[in-house]
Parts: sequence; C-alpha cells; structure tokens
Amino acid sequence: MKKEQAAKTKKAKQEPLLRHIKRNWHLYAFLVIPVAYYVIFRYIPMFGNIIAFRRYRAGSNIFGDEWSGLKYFKQFMGDQSFWRAFKNTLTLNFSYLLIRFPATLIFALLLNEIRCLPWKKFVQTVSYLPHFISMVIVAGMVKELLSTNGPINKLLMSMGKETISFIALPQWFPTIFVGSGIWQGLGWGTILYLAAIAGISPSLYEAATVDGANRFKRVWHITLPCILPTITTLLILDIGGLVGSGGAFEKVFLLYNPMTYETADIVSTYVYRMGVGSGNYSYATAVGLFEGIINLVLLMTANIISKKTTESGLW
Amino acid sequence: MSVLISAKQNKKYVPSKIKESNSYKVFKVFNTILMIIISIATLYPFLYLVAQSFSSEAAIIKGQVSIFPVDFNLVTYKSVIAKGDFQRYYLNTVIYAVLGTIASLFTSSILAYPLSKPHLRLNKFFGPFIIFTMYFGGGLIPNYVLINNLGLRNTVAAFILPGLVGTYYVLLMRSFFANVPQELEEAGEIDGLSKFGVFFKIVLPLSKPIMATMTLFYMAGYWSNWFTAFLYLDSREKWPVAYYLRQIIIGASTSANPGAANAETMQIAANIKSCCMVLMAVPIICVYPFIQKYFVQGMMLGGVKE
Repeated sequence: MKKEQAAKTKKAKQEPLLRHIKRNWHLYAFLVIPVAYYVIFRYIPMFGNIIAFRRYRAGSNIFGDEWSGLKYFKQFMGDQSFWRAFKNTLTLNFSYLLIRFPATLIFALLLNEIRCLPWKKFVQTVSYLPHFISMVIVAGMVKELLSTNGPINKLLMSMGKETISFIALPQWFPTIFVGSGIWQGLGWGTILYLAAIAGISPSLYEAATVDGANRFKRVWHITLPCILPTITTLLILDIGGLVGSGGAFEKVFLLYNPMTYETADIVSTYVYRMGVGSGNYSYATAVGLFEGIINLVLLMTANIISKKTTESGLW
Repeated sequence: MSVLISAKQNKKYVPSKIKESNSYKVFKVFNTILMIIISIATLYPFLYLVAQSFSSEAAIIKGQVSIFPVDFNLVTYKSVIAKGDFQRYYLNTVIYAVLGTIASLFTSSILAYPLSKPHLRLNKFFGPFIIFTMYFGGGLIPNYVLINNLGLRNTVAAFILPGLVGTYYVLLMRSFFANVPQELEEAGEIDGLSKFGVFFKIVLPLSKPIMATMTLFYMAGYWSNWFTAFLYLDSREKWPVAYYLRQIIIGASTSANPGAANAETMQIAANIKSCCMVLMAVPIICVYPFIQKYFVQGMMLGGVKE
C-alpha cells in the first residue's frame, strides 16, 4: 500500500502543477473554507502583532496608526510589574512541569500494571474526568475546598491549627496552582503513554521473561526505552510552553486577585490587564509578542537538542 | 491501525503465572491502595460539591458538610432552575455548543480529509501552514482587535469563530482518515459518487469513532468557554452559563474586571454556587463515559505517531 502511494506521488510529480490541481480540484475545494479560516483568524492576528511597533488607538485599523519603533518594548523592559509577571510565569510553569512530568509517567506505568481490566477501566475513567470539567468549575471547587469553613481548614482545625485563608495569601498560590493542575491533568496526561505502551510488541516482554527478567526489570529495560520517543515529544512540547500561558491563563485569571498578584500574576494575565483592561493595546501586544517569540525559540531549541541526542523530535 | 492491532494482541498476551514473587505481591497491594487513593482524591471535590448543593446554607457555613448532604433539601435546585436568568444562560450554552460543534466538526473534517491524501502535492504547503499555528499564535490583543474590527462584538460568531478549528484535533482526524481503505473510496467513485459524495457517504460514516471523539472535545470546549464570552459578549441575554458561573464564583475579587457591578453577586450563598456548578457539569459527566472508549482509541491512533 505504501509503495502504491509512493508510486502515485511520483507520478503526480511528473505532471504540471496546474493539471494536478485541476485533476484534484474537489479535494482542493475542501480546503477553501478552512484555509480562509486560518488566514483570517490565525494569520491575520499574527501580522496584527505589528501594532506592537505602531501606535494603536481604540477603533483604528487592525495594523495601527503610525510607527512608534521599539518604544513599547523599551517601556516594558523597564517595568517592574512585567518582570514580576515574567518570573511568576517561569516559576509556576516550571514547578508544575517538574511535578507533573514524572507523576504522569509513573501513574501511566502503574496503571499499566493493573491486570484486572474493569478496575483499570474504572481508575482511568475517574482520572480522565476532571480534564473535561470547565476551568470555571475547577476554580469554584478550589475556592470552596479552601474557603475558611471548607474541608481543608476543618482538617487543620481538627489538628489544632489555625485556619488559613489560602486564596488571599500569595505564598500559597504556587501550591494551589500546581495542586489543582495535577488533580485536573494527571489522568489525561497518561493517555499518550498508555497508547505508546500498548504499541510495544509483546514478544519483547516474552523474550525478557524467558531471560529471567522480573516485572521491574521489564519496565526498566523494555517499557521505558520503547516509550522514550513519546516522553521526549511531550517534554519538548512542555518546554515550549514554559514561558507561555497554555492552560495557565484561565486558571490564574480565575483564582488570582490583587492580594496575590505578587506570586500569581503571569505574563498573559498582565497582558490582559494592560490591554483589554486598561486600553494600552500596543504595549500589551509588545509584551505578548515577546512571550510568544521566547516560547518559539525555546521549543525550537528543545527540538534541536532532542534530535541530536535521541534522534526524535517534533519535526 | 498498527497501534490498535498490537493493543489487541497485548490483551491476548497472558503474563506467565509460573511464579509471582513476594515483592510483586507487595507491589500489587501498594498499587491497588495508591489507585484507590487517587480515585477518591479525584472524586472528592465532585462529591463535596454535590453534597453542598443539597445542603442548607446554615450547615455549610458551620462547616458540617463533607461528602454527605446535611439538612437534605431540593430548595436550591428548585430556585436555581426556576430562575429566568439561569434558564436563559443555560439555553444560550446549549445553542452555542450545538452550533459551534457542528461548525467545528464540518470545518475540521473538510480540512483533515485532503490533508490525509499523500498524493496531494500542495499538502507540502498546507500541512506546515496549519501546524505552525500550534506553536505560534497572534496572542490575545491582536485577536481581540481583530474580532472588534470585524464588527463581531456581541455576536454568536465572536463566541464560536476564534476557536473554530483545533489544529491538534485536525491532525488526529487526519491520521484516522488516512487509515480508511483507499479501495472503498475508489469503489464508491466507480459506483458514480463524486469526490464530495465519497467523503460524506463513505469516509465520514466509517469515521464514527473519531467523529464522536471530536464531538465530545469540541462540545466540552464550547460548553466550558467563559473567557470568549467575557471578552466579546456584553449583553447579559447572550451570556453562556459558564460566564454566569464565573461571575458568581469569582465575584468582585477580580477588580480589574471591566464587566458589570459584582457587588451583589459576591454575596451568593455556597449552596447556590455549588448547585449551578453541578448543573453545568452534569451534561459533560453524563456524555463522557459513553465516548471515552472512542477518544482513547482516537488519541492512541493520532498521538503515537508524532
């Protein structure tokens, strides 16, 4: 089948492009609406970033009024609040990554060791569920659970400790952020690992068993090396999101408040407040562009390093 | 398809029962306990929420409610469901979710199908063209400016269009379509179907698992979305229930919110909040177990070959 397709591709290459398009116009016609969508709603905003270099007044053209050079970039470089947000973005995302990454991998390996299928399915069903719950509800749950008369504080009180108003204290924000993230994403994060594990040839395990490998050795010498490409792929993607907002924006936006800005304000929430909140569109765009480009660079670097060391990458 | 086949083979593979070492038995017990703890920890917030929604406000304030309702009553549900506002928000959500999901499914499938054909030469361009958007986007402000400039503010389109196509989902669909037997499509063409007919009458019906998965993903996305509404839907009549929830849960604590006055919403009682949250979560929780088997398959197919 692959050979056939390869032959087809080769044949297609010989005919002129116009004839190729004419012959396949139906399929290309399918692309018209989606590509138009991508141009308007994905690519135009990308070029819309040009307002970071121009002055934009509310209601004016999407590409702004007049050139202003690097004014807005210089402005945020000297802005304390920006650097605080930048530091928080890194801290929150990095600590989340540091805990979530091994946790999902270990959880996937443990799930895979369950031999009783109904029980395995039950655990999976339960653990995937929070992924589908709206961030609004998650934030609501967090607030209810951590409220001064909520269960966590009740537990503290029963241990003879004082109640803590978690939501109002900046030092608690990173814990809340990481904890709720693990709660919501642990199960979901295992899907790709489990898929990769399911793809490993059983004969490898049989051979290892014959050679006298116990279960732990089988995991260490077969399962882990076989899913290494998946692990690296996911790690690269995560590194590419270290400075970005990803899913963090919604959660931070729903859970933070002026009292916790100190540890909770991230670049994307800062962009929101500066742009939509205060109307400094060009300034906020400059900050957002900076964030996006750093992420792209991180992602590309991680990809290059991964390709050199493990020969697998995103592209 | 290879992943699925080997997954099936894996099931047939019965681990040798010759000797199960003692350490493995210990591990099994430990594993079971850990899984029970994880399951409980995952379910606890849901149970707590449900218990609260059936409890009286006084019991909640005293902190008596855990996973069982105290002073069990249906008053909260009755009052929330009877509220005209809430009904409207809920109806809006249903309308947006249905319209959005249909539009998304349509657009992403007609994009994924041509991309799944390796002989299309321009795919060399269109593939990277869409994949690039996974790694770099316009960012919040340019998107905001665009929607406002297009005059979409306060329209349903502003709610649906920004997230119409999920690129990652398109890639999943592409891998699925690529595995539909070419022979079937050719047979359809011989029987007189046009290329469009082949797609709608042969390929789509064969792709139920992936379409079901995508329906859940897109629907859950629209169902949960409050932020787009927050940005673009000014008039209360257009709010989806998620945005309403955001207002009553977060209330006045986010001072930078340019939205309407929240002073009165901050006072809303915990049982009403929980009740609204439960009502919003219920449809997803009900649909999800039925689609789970499909999306696990779908993710497996698309995810492994990256």
